[in-house]
Amino acid sequence: MTATTASPEQQEQGWRSGPRAAIQARTLRKDRWWAEPTITGVVLVSFIAYSTWAAFKNADYYAHPYLSPFYSPCLATICESARAGSQVVHAPTVGLFGPWWVISPAIIVLIVPLGFRMSCYYYRKAYYRALWQSPPACAVAEPHKRYRGESRFPLILHNAHRYFFYLGLLFNGILTWDAIEGFHFSNGWGMGFGSLMLTVNAILLWTYSLSCHSCRHIVGGRLKHFSRHPLRFKAWGFVSKLNAHHMRFAWVSLIFVALTDLYVRLVASGWVHDPRFF
Amino acid sequence: MSYDLKLRIWRGDANGGQLRDYVVQAEEGQVVLDAVHRTQATQANDLAVRWNCKAGKCGSCSAEVNGMPRLMCMTRLSTFEPGETITITPLRTFPVIRDLVTDVSFNYERARQVPPFTPTAKQPKAPFTMFQADVERSQEFRKCIECWLCQNTCHVVRDHEENKAAFAGPRFFIRYAELDMHPNDALDRKDYVQDEQGLGYCNITKCCTEVCPEHIKITDNAIIPMKERVADVKYDPLVRFLGRRSRRNGPESLKDWAPGAHHHA
Amino acid sequence: MPSEETFEHHDYDVVVVGAGGAGLRAAIAAYEAGARTALICRSLLGKAHTVMAEGGIAAALGNLWPEDNWQVHFRDTMRGGKLLNHWRMAELHAKEAPERVYELEQWGALFDRTPAGKISQRDFGGHRYARLAHVGDRTGLEMIRALQQRAVSIGIDVFMELTVTDLLKDGERISGLLAYWRESGRFVVFQAPAVVLATGGIGKSWKVTSNSWECTGDGHAMAMRAGATLVNMEFVQFHPTGMVWPLSVRGLLVTESVRGDGGVLRNSENKRFMFDYIPEFFKAETADNIEEADRWYEDKRNNRRPPELLPRDEVARAINSEIKAGRGSPHGGVFLDIASRRTPEFIQRRLPSMYHQFKELADVDITKEPMEIGPTCHYAMGGVEVDPDTQASRVPGLYAAGEVAGGMHGANRLGGNSLSDLIVFGKRAGEYAAAYAKGLGTDRPQVATSDVTQATQDALAPFRGEAEENPYALHQELQETMQSLVGIIRVEDELRQALENIAALRERATRLTVEGNRQYNPGWHLALDLRNMLLVSEAVATAALERQESRGGHTRDDFPTTDPYWAKHNVVLALKQEGRQAPELEMKRQALPEPPPELAELLEDAH
Repeated sequence: MTATTASPEQQEQGWRSGPRAAIQARTLRKDRWWAEPTITGVVLVSFIAYSTWAAFKNADYYAHPYLSPFYSPCLATICESARAGSQVVHAPTVGLFGPWWVISPAIIVLIVPLGFRMSCYYYRKAYYRALWQSPPACAVAEPHKRYRGESRFPLILHNAHRYFFYLGLLFNGILTWDAIEGFHFSNGWGMGFGSLMLTVNAILLWTYSLSCHSCRHIVGGRLKHFSRHPLRFKAWGFVSKLNAHHMRFAWVSLIFVALTDLYVRLVASGWVHDPRFF
Repeated sequence: MSYDLKLRIWRGDANGGQLRDYVVQAEEGQVVLDAVHRTQATQANDLAVRWNCKAGKCGSCSAEVNGMPRLMCMTRLSTFEPGETITITPLRTFPVIRDLVTDVSFNYERARQVPPFTPTAKQPKAPFTMFQADVERSQEFRKCIECWLCQNTCHVVRDHEENKAAFAGPRFFIRYAELDMHPNDALDRKDYVQDEQGLGYCNITKCCTEVCPEHIKITDNAIIPMKERVADVKYDPLVRFLGRRSRRNGPESLKDWAPGAHHHA
Repeated sequence: MPSEETFEHHDYDVVVVGAGGAGLRAAIAAYEAGARTALICRSLLGKAHTVMAEGGIAAALGNLWPEDNWQVHFRDTMRGGKLLNHWRMAELHAKEAPERVYELEQWGALFDRTPAGKISQRDFGGHRYARLAHVGDRTGLEMIRALQQRAVSIGIDVFMELTVTDLLKDGERISGLLAYWRESGRFVVFQAPAVVLATGGIGKSWKVTSNSWECTGDGHAMAMRAGATLVNMEFVQFHPTGMVWPLSVRGLLVTESVRGDGGVLRNSENKRFMFDYIPEFFKAETADNIEEADRWYEDKRNNRRPPELLPRDEVARAINSEIKAGRGSPHGGVFLDIASRRTPEFIQRRLPSMYHQFKELADVDITKEPMEIGPTCHYAMGGVEVDPDTQASRVPGLYAAGEVAGGMHGANRLGGNSLSDLIVFGKRAGEYAAAYAKGLGTDRPQVATSDVTQATQDALAPFRGEAEENPYALHQELQETMQSLVGIIRVEDELRQALENIAALRERATRLTVEGNRQYNPGWHLALDLRNMLLVSEAVATAALERQESRGGHTRDDFPTTDPYWAKHNVVLALKQEGRQAPELEMKRQALPEPPPELAELLEDAH
């Protein structure tokens, strides 16, 4: 085999093509390679199903002082009316939409977190493998005839991940505010189970955002000389440590945000009574 | 303590072939390559297999063991169930030469297309002053032993032969990352890696990282940072507008560059 | 039939055989000197044995110790080689190594750094100062990649998986060589007036070895067949620390850096036995008690070096004695312990591939338990006798560089000096080969068709046999012979026995038979390699029998001390008679060249 001298037929592309070993099987793996994509797929689909239902429900997302993360910031006047009975004024309440608005405001709100997660480097791996089967697992053939990856529209849009990251930070700020407000009961400051849910939810979302690959790049990864930027080097080191657990944060925060919505929903609809600690 | 080991090895060449069964004597503490050598010495003298160091340092003995791309010298027999038949096949992504040996010239051609390290005008001649913090990222990628397991396992070319014309593969993305992060390199290869070497084909499904015997974090530490760096110069209007990042030796200089042609008198 | 076969034919000025450090460096030098250059390797590019080198490249950069300079490096090298080195090679090596190391950096190598941003250097056996430029414990990989990437980027023609079987001559001069594609088994003729041999070592003739399959001594044997001489062949370095368990990795190298970074050797009684083995020659610079030895790691200026860092021959012999005295480890080695002396973080940072190697191959965590190690055949000090400045052998047009060349390391090589040897003399060989080819003008030697036909017929002989001798079995028997009779400790009777065994094996080798066809057939490849291994083994045993003393990498139980006569003489071997049936070696004792007074002065306290 020559590295740099080519025979006439190989000169065009520079390497030889020829038949591969005649092995028909899609894969010779004997382990349960299908387990991981299956589990990933089930969880992802369940989340999508639940969040779609919750978003279209357009009710039971506010149980004073808890606001479901799916509906924050609250774009509907319903929040104002829910709060009208209390003396507390909620900052994120934006009265953009009146009673004439028939579609759930969550549909609009969810675009940012959805975009952030859809373009996330970890989730891309997860859904390309589990849902798109491209590939389902390592060394297992994918079913598609052609593949262009992220080199073309629409997947090339993933390059905008950093913008979703910036917007995601904004949302984290809002949800942090919601979490603080979650301790703000009509009779003053206190703490219920829901306050804890909202707080943990906000923390998890922060860890997910800060461990993001784009964040790692922006904080310091794009530098050529760490030695000239000691502070950013430190920050990069910190984000890199978080980044190693990005997958874990992605799943935990995803599941927890759904649980938080569910909890608020159960409280709002009266199925569950929120325990007050003080 | 020796025992009988059941092997199923693909024998054949470009004209076809099949899996053949062998039973060979194996010893405690051995690796798959030992078993293949044993087969070769006692039952199939002409069994073709590529290997060199048998210590996981040269990256020659790449094959697929029970369907997973692996170095045969680093796959211990004790990791299999007793009595289990071990199936060994050649790398699937490359044309077969014979038995377990494949034609990996694709990778050497892609290596030739890498515009080499080019020192900056500030420090044109070694010895360079470079700090450990600045060389460490690139050092991780220079651990690569060029076993081509990542190239073989990547579905972009494994499942789509036609993509070989557009896609350099994970090994070369870590090479481009290495050069882009080299503290004294002057060339900007970001457009080149995206437009000519197919970085955009990667959908970061991480199989390269999974099979890397050197445990290089190919996806997290090289490919994704490269995608972000490419985004900086190609897809992020904000960075381009605000940052006014100096594109040292931009794509213009790479246009003149052709492998092997720029040097010889 | 070979006579009907049409050969692929190439025409070059310089052909470099072997693409390890020396071959790559030689090819780059020849190419940059304007020669049409081909680089041939029998594996894929970048897989040569150089990738296995771990510790570092010895070069007096003076980055950590400003008092280090080429004179000290020269002195250390000569002392390590028991003054049997060719002084001129040792001088050139010490002088030019720093520049060659910087060249690697120029081509993209990324060495570990000092806090000041310079190339970091580490301690190694026999070097007075921390001198080895390194990248963790994978320095060889870094070197081969830097050179390979350079060679490819400037556009050198590389022929991979092509094995050279014979050098071709036109009268006295080299005219080219014959090779075969491993893939197809088809022959290729290269016409070239200058050939640089950079084929590496000979370790595959021993059973316990750190060498890969490629180290079959092809270059040594081909040079001899072409009329060149070999020097110092009795000196074979057994690296003190090879893995001994599991069997499958027996012989695999454990880098000397483990000791340089604080590892110590212990026997089954948990004793640091090296203190019992400090030779007179090194007493002045070696710590004789544990306290001083341990202080040295922290304060190198005011303490002497631990005896674990004596030159390799001393340490290997000491380990051998401990094992023979029944104080060995369970699997027949001794213990190398760094776990009890350094933190796990330190070990993982400084010795990542050792950690990896033991973890994955032996299931041993070296940050928690000691390693079991024993001597392993590692390096041939001897090789083709060359002119120190040009690397030219006695055959016009034939050059040798790297492990295949002899003279540079004398009786024993210091760790780290092999990588620097490769780049220093690789460059010289390439340059002088290019100059020689250029100087010929139109008077170029021609390849004779009859030589080619004969050589191909010889090479295809194993296909015509009738399943008589199996190459794998023969190889194994040769390894047994060399291991047990021409090992670390030698004695006349055993050496004579070895020569008899080799003669018998050579006779059997004429009846080697391989199955299958010429397409990528390892059985056939081994059959061809065996011819070279047998010749080189014979050379080693012959030279070992001749040198009746113990020195460096050659220890005779029947002559346990050094001999002043032999301090001034080399054993030089030539092949008197061509023909594979009964090669006859011509041996002569040759006076060692004397260094000029200014260099002799540097060595005065070294006697």
